Amino acid sequence: MRFIPNNTHFDFFGKRYIAYGVTIFFVLASIISLATKGLNFGLDFTGGMVVEVVYPQAVELEKVRTVLAEKGMEGAVVQHFGSANNVLVRLPPKDGVKQAEFSAQVLEVLNSLDAKAEMRRVEFVGPAVGKELVENGAMALVFVLVGIMIYVGLRFEFKLAFGAVQALLHDVIVVLGFMSFFEFEFDLAALAGVLAVMGYSINDTIVVFDRIRENFLKMRKATPIEVMNSAINDTLSRTTMTSLTTFITVMVLFYFGGAAVHGFSYALIIGILSGTYSSIFVAAALSLAMGLKRSDLVRERVKDGSPVDDRP
Amino acid sequence: MNRYPLWKNLIVVFMLVFGVIYALPNLYGEDPALQISARATAITLADQQRVTGLLQQHGIPIKQATIVNDQVLVRFANTEDQLKAADLMRKELGRAFIVALNLASNTPAWLSALGAKPMYLGLDLRGGVHFLMEVDMDSALKQMRERMVEDVRGFLRNEKLRYQLVAAEGNDVVVRFADGAEREAAKAVLTRQYPDMEWSEREEGKLAFVVGRFSEKALLAERKAALEQNITTLRNRVNELGVSEPIIQQQGDERIVVQLPGVQDTVRAKEILGATATLEFRLVDGTPTEWEEAAKTGQTPAGALLFQQRGGQPVLLKRQVIITGNQIVDASSGIEQQSGSSAVFVNLDGKGAKRMSDITSQNIGKPMAVVFIENKVETVEENGQMVKKKSVVQEVINIATIRDQLANRFQITGLDSSKEARDLALLLRAGALRAPIEIVEERTVGPSLGADNIQAGVTAAVIAFVAVALFMILYYSLFGVFANVALFVNLVLIVAVLSLLQATLTLPGIAGIVLTLGMAVDANVLINERIREELRNGNTPQAAIHAGYERAFATILDANLTTLLAALALFAFGSGPIKGFAVTLSIGILASMFTAIMVTRSLVNLTYGRQARLKSIAIGGV
Repeated sequence: MRFIPNNTHFDFFGKRYIAYGVTIFFVLASIISLATKGLNFGLDFTGGMVVEVVYPQAVELEKVRTVLAEKGMEGAVVQHFGSANNVLVRLPPKDGVKQAEFSAQVLEVLNSLDAKAEMRRVEFVGPAVGKELVENGAMALVFVLVGIMIYVGLRFEFKLAFGAVQALLHDVIVVLGFMSFFEFEFDLAALAGVLAVMGYSINDTIVVFDRIRENFLKMRKATPIEVMNSAINDTLSRTTMTSLTTFITVMVLFYFGGAAVHGFSYALIIGILSGTYSSIFVAAALSLAMGLKRSDLVRERVKDGSPVDDRP
Repeated sequence: MNRYPLWKNLIVVFMLVFGVIYALPNLYGEDPALQISARATAITLADQQRVTGLLQQHGIPIKQATIVNDQVLVRFANTEDQLKAADLMRKELGRAFIVALNLASNTPAWLSALGAKPMYLGLDLRGGVHFLMEVDMDSALKQMRERMVEDVRGFLRNEKLRYQLVAAEGNDVVVRFADGAEREAAKAVLTRQYPDMEWSEREEGKLAFVVGRFSEKALLAERKAALEQNITTLRNRVNELGVSEPIIQQQGDERIVVQLPGVQDTVRAKEILGATATLEFRLVDGTPTEWEEAAKTGQTPAGALLFQQRGGQPVLLKRQVIITGNQIVDASSGIEQQSGSSAVFVNLDGKGAKRMSDITSQNIGKPMAVVFIENKVETVEENGQMVKKKSVVQEVINIATIRDQLANRFQITGLDSSKEARDLALLLRAGALRAPIEIVEERTVGPSLGADNIQAGVTAAVIAFVAVALFMILYYSLFGVFANVALFVNLVLIVAVLSLLQATLTLPGIAGIVLTLGMAVDANVLINERIREELRNGNTPQAAIHAGYERAFATILDANLTTLLAALALFAFGSGPIKGFAVTLSIGILASMFTAIMVTRSLVNLTYGRQARLKSIAIGGV
């Protein structure tokens, strides 16, 4: 069975200016969305409290709101979670109030509606803890970028390394942009998802780079654009296949993995699409724009002019 | 040409056996169980018989009862029996025993002997409470300054040195003198007595001051001590809750993580962790016969109060309190020089030392008791209403004879063992929290959500596996089957390594495993696409297999190493659940490199390697 016919000859880089346009559109749109709407940060980052309770039968939210308001918890957001039996109460962080004591009170109030209510979860995060998580997340991101810049620079070439890092940044911005635009909740799992996207994307990029190097060796008289085009065409079947299997697994996670991994799988669903695209149209295209040429990747032997395979 | 040397096949077989053995315990499941341990003494067979007897009497069926690690372990068929038994045991056995709920693994002995255990499930999967607590260091340092002020005041008075005032000023301790001459005399002595302080001088008009500043070392030591003592205190209190496998750990410089698997009643957990406890030293009153008498009649002589000792025996103590636990600066256990027996060394602050010295000087030769007092607030159900009940637990933890006039440093001797000395020192130190703590993060997962999470994770993993496997077979035919075998071995290896490392498996961790399933086949996709390409270029099937594996290898290595780099960054900077995800991702990457390359190659070689004139291979078309 095949999805991609053998020996395709798509001219990916001949039309690269169209691709530049698409890339710039998505990146700009993402940045604008992030700047104007921002991310819908979850409790992990903002701090605050969430209490989830399941009742034996469906509950009217209005009732819960009134009872909570009676006890002086007006700021509470009350919603159904998953089913009409599950009630989720959110309290935003408050300055100067020790919320750790609050969760017990909220539980008490929820229990008073129906003694058979069962606690599903209580999450409370102090504001300082959330800030540290953001800082740590940003640190992880920088660490990955620098690490990959160095690794790819040493194993391949620095123009490619630059392209790879740009592709990763592109993926992170686009994933965050999508989450911002569609107001998807950004929690710790989503952060893990964004970082996993980087893992996936770099994997994909490296496979393409490996083929580019190989084809520079093989196709001695071809122009860089021809070499790159052939490399993308050669790996096209593999790229589709791997994207598909990974895409299947994250779709399964999204629909069957439970609410706790929604952010994670959502980030990956966008990230796999973006990561596959960026390997070709950002990583490879950028290094081409920077003037990547045969001599960057292939050392010619002085005497007979035959190429040296310098793969370590 | 495509034959594996024996050693390579042996490696594959060895890894397979390793994977199966260490992954196997996860299939046996766990029994709901009770762990019963004695507070003071060792567990004996008699205790076990008492436990099983009580259960039999009340008609609660048990699966098995054994003594493991100085604990009676009773297994039950279901959670209902377990909870009934727990209530019964707590009521019948009283305070001398600790009853904890537990899940006991059903792993057979021959597997346990090899160190094989089931995976350690995180709180999001098994249910339980996670607290992150922050120690209020400002308050700890403030208390330290105040203690020092008291100390210096008492010391100067004892040394008969003239001073006008001792006070805390910002971060310093300041002593005011009428003139420079008085200051000179005092400063020399103070420098000698308190070498941890940096003493300097200051003038204001005629008045002369000495300013004592805590050295960086002293401040650091105090922060460390505050954190350690709070951890000890929390550990003692967690024992009260009856939790098996609690985790109480330092995190960073001023935070403590408390994880209580299986605990659902957060209200009660918070009450006990936040309880205030204190100690009192009191003189003993009367004789043992009078104590028994008082316990029977309930009538106490004037000026005396009835207390209970740890073992339950009554004792009468004087109403007057000599000192309280707040005045204990430090307590440590060790060996007493003269007798060579175990002892506890106690340091008191200035105020406490004075009272201790006053009272003990008049009571040499009489016994003195240490009372442990805990204020508990418990929420209990009463007539369908939840009521907050305050209760005080008072217990005499030690009685010793006063041998001499005691001052700021004294020792308690006559303890039976070094273990007893350690425990007493710990209680003296840990009675109260050194500094207030605040909960900065709480995550409680109810048991039903935990079970749902496991269910969701396993369902996702199974569906993802089946979908990917079907896809691979459709696309690559027999080579797809090889890849699927490798994928399954990969899964077994991940589970085996996670079980062996006892790394915490969280829901994001399961997500990591599922993602790995999708990404792990990438290596086989790369190899199979290469083989197809070589076949298209007109190579023989054997040559194509050989070249396909050869050429794909460098790509697989590069691609996986960079992904591993990203996973390591996640581990280094991530917290809690993210760390769990990073661990499974890293293990998955390493395991998949092995299985995708070696396991499939071994299978391919076994199938095709011996056929010299191989015409075609089942790789789903060229």
